[in-house]
Amino acid sequence: MEDDQAEAGSASTGNEGGAAGSVVRPLGRSGSTLGRDVQTRIGQHLRAMYDDVVRQGVPDRFMTLLARLDEREEDGGEIRDKGMGG
Amino acid sequence: MSKVDPSLRDEIIAAIPNLRAFAISLSGSVDRADDLVQETLLRAFANIASFRPGTNLSAWLFTILRNLFRSEYRKRRREVPDSDGLFAATLATNPDQTTHLDFEDFRAALDRLPADQREALVLVGASGFSYEETAEICNCAVGTIKSRVNRARRRLGEMLAIETAEDFGPDQPTRAALGAGHT
Repeated sequence: MEDDQAEAGSASTGNEGGAAGSVVRPLGRSGSTLGRDVQTRIGQHLRAMYDDVVRQGVPDRFMTLLARLDEREEDGGEIRDKGMGG
Repeated sequence: MSKVDPSLRDEIIAAIPNLRAFAISLSGSVDRADDLVQETLLRAFANIASFRPGTNLSAWLFTILRNLFRSEYRKRRREVPDSDGLFAATLATNPDQTTHLDFEDFRAALDRLPADQREALVLVGASGFSYEETAEICNCAVGTIKSRVNRARRRLGEMLAIETAEDFGPDQPTRAALGAGHT
């Protein structure tokens, strides 16, 4: 929560928050060509990685779970979940 | 307990692959991700009455999953130390991926992002949510999401620029310096 507020603050001032000490900065590179290229790759990698998982479809355990829920429903049983008091 | 409308049920099932992909990016572990998805499904079905038809079902499910992860993460944080590269280690790698190393670098870099930035980047850049939907899922302002996504991209860019520097031409200063060292 605290960090949310810090972020909102820095967003409104356009200030870049503390420079993360652990981030390795590119050496002597100011050209925007590399920046664009890297941004394109980031987008591609992100989607490739995500789609890798999406392509695995729905694992059996979830279809089994849903079938079990259906059965309970037909039995007039209740699907209850701990900790969701409402 | 209201009976779940069959078309709604189908929509929920159709969302499972995306929920898993998001959960893996959050938790860094396939097993934990699948547990999160299971818990999300249980809650969704138990609380289906609170879903307003005509609104975004996918965003509703993602919100449940994210909230579950957040509360679980807060509990676990004290028990399990953060480990870098978990995401990188748990996902299957594709052997004929030509940019294999590149890909590993990327996964490792993504893992090093702060959780807030990573989830915003994944929701906008991979799950296909708008900034507005992402703000709703993450329960914060649209401006905050934009700022997180921008920072995530910039940090990833910084991390990857140095790791992939050698892919670029001989005008690259680092490469020139390295080359000079070799000859």
